[in-house]
Amino acid sequence: MATQDASSPAATPATYESGTRMALRQLLRNRAAAIGLFGVLLIVLLAIFAPWIIPYDPTAIALSSKLQPPSFAHWLGTDHFGRDVLARMAYGARVSLTVGLSTVAFAALFGVPIGLLAGYVGGQLDNVLMRLMDAFLTFPPLLLGVAIVGLLGADLTTVTLALGIVQIPVLARVVRSSTLVVREETYITATRALGAGAWRLVSQHILRNILSPLVVQITIVFSAAIVAEASLSFLGLGVQPPTPSWGRDLSEARRFMVDAPWLFMAPTGFIIVSVMAINFMGDSLRDALDPRSWVRRAAPTKETADAPADR
Amino acid sequence: MSDALLLSAEGLTVSFPGRARLFAKRDVVRAVDGVDLKIKRGQTLGLVGESGCGKSTTGYALLRLNKASGRVMFDGVDLMTLPADGLRQMRRRIQIIFQDAAASLDPRMTIGDLISEALDLHKLHTGERRAPRVRELLELVGMPQRFAERYPHELSGGQAQRIAICRALAVEPELIICDEAVSALDVSIQAQILNLLQDLQQRLGLSFLFISHDLSVVRHVSHDVAVMYLGKVVEQAPANLLFENPQHPYTRALLSAVPVPDPDLEKSRERVVLTGDLPNPADPPSGCRFRTRCPVAQAKCAETLPVLHEVEPQHSAACLFV
Repeated sequence: MATQDASSPAATPATYESGTRMALRQLLRNRAAAIGLFGVLLIVLLAIFAPWIIPYDPTAIALSSKLQPPSFAHWLGTDHFGRDVLARMAYGARVSLTVGLSTVAFAALFGVPIGLLAGYVGGQLDNVLMRLMDAFLTFPPLLLGVAIVGLLGADLTTVTLALGIVQIPVLARVVRSSTLVVREETYITATRALGAGAWRLVSQHILRNILSPLVVQITIVFSAAIVAEASLSFLGLGVQPPTPSWGRDLSEARRFMVDAPWLFMAPTGFIIVSVMAINFMGDSLRDALDPRSWVRRAAPTKETADAPADR
Repeated sequence: MSDALLLSAEGLTVSFPGRARLFAKRDVVRAVDGVDLKIKRGQTLGLVGESGCGKSTTGYALLRLNKASGRVMFDGVDLMTLPADGLRQMRRRIQIIFQDAAASLDPRMTIGDLISEALDLHKLHTGERRAPRVRELLELVGMPQRFAERYPHELSGGQAQRIAICRALAVEPELIICDEAVSALDVSIQAQILNLLQDLQQRLGLSFLFISHDLSVVRHVSHDVAVMYLGKVVEQAPANLLFENPQHPYTRALLSAVPVPDPDLEKSRERVVLTGDLPNPADPPSGCRFRTRCPVAQAKCAETLPVLHEVEPQHSAACLFV
């Protein structure tokens, strides 16, 4: 709102909603989005407030109460060391979300500028950058992860690094192709004619207008990273015990598949729910971030009537 | 003052790389081929021609939005040799509005932010002076200020064009290039926008380069008119001379296609109907470029390239027979 503050008395009557409000309302109108948002929020809150919500230490061994089925004391039961499964899931969510977030951040930090540069500048630079990205893409992602972890040792940082490197070209490609489209739009020409330089065009207009595909891709990268971390941990190459991790717990639960099925159902459920929730949210975020999808609540009928031109 | 030159282009040429050939040199398409134009201060130059003749490309070239060669003197400065920094400053003085006004506004910014951005780019009316200035500009184009909070997709075609004009005016230009600025609008809205442009011209002393394929619109707004065919100007004159006494066969054909709003006159109207399409600009006809469709063409038209020459004071045409 560069022009005026909606709350000031001299401003227009308060029939106008801010963009943020309209975006939020658009997001909640969509059922899938609401479910996704709810799921993501649930897992995030669980991860953050785990120590206050759950009265168990995820690493405290209590052999006397091992392999108990779900009960009021242990909502998701206990594992073969008598550790509370819900506590392990909640603390495992911390690992998953941290890896997911830092992977996205790392991939975006390199992928977005590379894509913008390749798409906006074009020509030889585009060629060189994109062939480099193609080279990255030739590595099978999980294999590259295994190799990097094998080289640098397994901990959160190396896992993130391994997963992030694989995702750089994915983001770079999406950003580049969207940039190529937006670059040719009339409003870019119009703004250049106003005297805008390349930096302003890219940072203010192109980035803003490629947001939709970028947001979708980022959520896909996010959920892919969660799955990949679980896979690496499942193989014993991710987070090392006793740190709880969904993939690690799933791997250990294999031995008790018949006797204690809740042990593998819990991490599986958490992985599925978080991935689906994130993807649902991504799809609807794309729509919600587009002003063209916004519906104004107070339909300003009178105002359009005294507008000058047609309608 | 009234006849002082604001802009003059000489030998303006814009080429695009055409089809690549395996064993020959790459084709070059000359979309604009040695065009000379003069725009006077406070006046309107109409630029007409059919689709694909290079009129929009000419407009873009004057703003250096594409790669052009030649000389474009704007108020004593050659735009073509300006370094990037000087060019940005100069762009403040020449603005452009487009046929698809809604597409020329970033869909993710509010109208207020779009106008504000134009001011930002040249550090005009910063801080507390900003909001009143945006209101003033909206008022100038006849838009209520509450539109500042709207997004481009909430505007109708005419409103969008008003905002586009408003944004161009924000940087206080001297020349506005109107690239088919009213072609996409309904006739009644067209009239409103044309009146707005003429009103602004009088109030602010603006000059316009009015690019259009619509002859009646061009006649209505222009002081001078240039007719383009296949990248070249074929006739150029003050509006009244050109419309009353067209010389070039192409101009005559164009004018004869305009209906007359009088049934009796309309019946007796002599029509010159052109056959065929615009030739491929990558491979233009030899000699006169119009000869393939010209009703009066003869053998020598294929050999000699007609140059623009004066047929009466201020009126020039490029045809061997005039």
